[in-house]
Amino acid sequence: MSVLVYAENWDGKFKKITHELVSYASGIASLTGGEVNVLSVGKVDEEELAKLGRFGAEKIWKVEGEEYTFLDNRVFASVIAEAVEKTGSRTVALAHNNAGKALAPCLSARLKAALGAAVVALPESHEPFVVKKKVFNGNAFARIALRTETRVLTLMQNSYGIHENEKQPEIKDFVAEKAEKPAIRVEDVQKQTGKILLTDADIVVSGGRGMKGSENWTMLEELAGVLHAATACSRPVSDEGWRPHSEHTGQTGKIIAPSLYIAVGISGAIQHMAGVRGSKYIVAINKDPDAPIFEMADYGIVGDAFKVVPEFTRAVEELKKS
Amino acid sequence: MKIAVCLSHVPDTTTRIRFVDNNTQLDTNGVQWIINPWDELALTRALEIKEASAGRVEKVTVVHVGRTEADPTLRKAMAIGADSAIRVDADPADAFSVASQLAAAFRQYPFDLIFCGIESSDYNNSAVGGMLAELLSVTSVSAVSGIEPAGEGWLLCRDIDGGVEKIYAESPMVAIVQKGIAREPRIPSMRGIMMAKQKPLQVVPAVEVNPLTEYLGFETPAPKPPCRKLDPDQVKELAELLHKEAKVI
Repeated sequence: MSVLVYAENWDGKFKKITHELVSYASGIASLTGGEVNVLSVGKVDEEELAKLGRFGAEKIWKVEGEEYTFLDNRVFASVIAEAVEKTGSRTVALAHNNAGKALAPCLSARLKAALGAAVVALPESHEPFVVKKKVFNGNAFARIALRTETRVLTLMQNSYGIHENEKQPEIKDFVAEKAEKPAIRVEDVQKQTGKILLTDADIVVSGGRGMKGSENWTMLEELAGVLHAATACSRPVSDEGWRPHSEHTGQTGKIIAPSLYIAVGISGAIQHMAGVRGSKYIVAINKDPDAPIFEMADYGIVGDAFKVVPEFTRAVEELKKS
Repeated sequence: MKIAVCLSHVPDTTTRIRFVDNNTQLDTNGVQWIINPWDELALTRALEIKEASAGRVEKVTVVHVGRTEADPTLRKAMAIGADSAIRVDADPADAFSVASQLAAAFRQYPFDLIFCGIESSDYNNSAVGGMLAELLSVTSVSAVSGIEPAGEGWLLCRDIDGGVEKIYAESPMVAIVQKGIAREPRIPSMRGIMMAKQKPLQVVPAVEVNPLTEYLGFETPAPKPPCRKLDPDQVKELAELLHKEAKVI
């Protein structure tokens, strides 16, 4: 009853979610028995692969090649499906992120395996396989039973956590014999470099309409710099063009789950909270004491962001020095 | 050329979510039903493509799996500008059964481009589009934030972490779309509403499908402890709390 993890890499490196996924798979394997297999598609250093052993990976399969430079849903799904078959896995775990959301349903239809999407915990039972998942944008959870022998899961980031479970993994080449032919052609790629990825960031500093204009973002960027955080914004901010759409967090924007989310001048509309409520801690800085953000925040300061933020940045700097 | 837009109808996103029948059913009392926000953007983009195509795109059809309750939503989609609607008369038991019903309908009525929203705001599965493409053995591209016709196929923008890829894919294909695909959803005009009454809403019988998953029950998250509010001059204390109590900095 082995488990297979699909390990997505970002320029040859694994993101935190991959470490969390391997931890999660290791938790499932202790429930269902069997080994923790990892499939890495694309070019990744041996050392980076071996690191997955820390979180419980026992067998790591790598498949490299030009045709795996860009995500092609049918190609990748066919390779993962073959790995499921060859490893005898009964559970496949992917991240509930762009790549995972693209691949998991393809895999589910291909294998006729029930899909548990956006799951937030280990299965509560194995036979039947019952697991908890996010529904209604985090306003509720559902318990679902997956009624097939093989199943596909996508895990919400930061819902299980990263747990160490040291293993000495075997790293082997995976030979994909049944891979589909690529059907898409990537003509151009624009990618930011050297910045902390919003979806992978541990800390996020986010600004809303209360920031009054793009010229006032310097103070948020300074705070983000001190905290090694990514920057984000609410929808009105990206609609106004103060910040790029890629920074919009919320129901229709990016859904993130950092350890710490600092919301500055954000009122906390339900659509915004749908994108950030998975955060472990939320800090709100807002001058309106009745702003709904305070209902969801763990810590809050009622005050003028333009005074509070620079002072808070200095306080964090002091703290880091000591 | 024909474009289809798969529509799901969902509770308005500001709905206070409650459950009944021992937490096994959504309390639909007072719920306003809307077109799933991403599907609505997909429909808008489909109409823009048709309008700019100088007649190459003959038709934009909305397709839904469900019962008569969704008819007003399909009429609304036609009031916005869709030329016709297809409703597969089945209960949407789970994502796989919805995708299977859609696949059966699309085998009967083929389309060159099928739009699906990246997720529905009720069950958050992000599943139907990918499953549908796989069941039809066609290409899918997910996280699409832009699309233009290009020769025999489509030029798509796909969002990746920290960037965008430009992708060419041939018809027929499934485009799974997200924010950015269209600026603002269109609002039906009075004339559109009148015209929608005359447009064809075809009801297609369901095929036999066994769902793969079963929803056993729901729960709402535990209430958060009240926010610890500090004064504007307590920034040092805030930093300390985040360091010592929350241990996040």
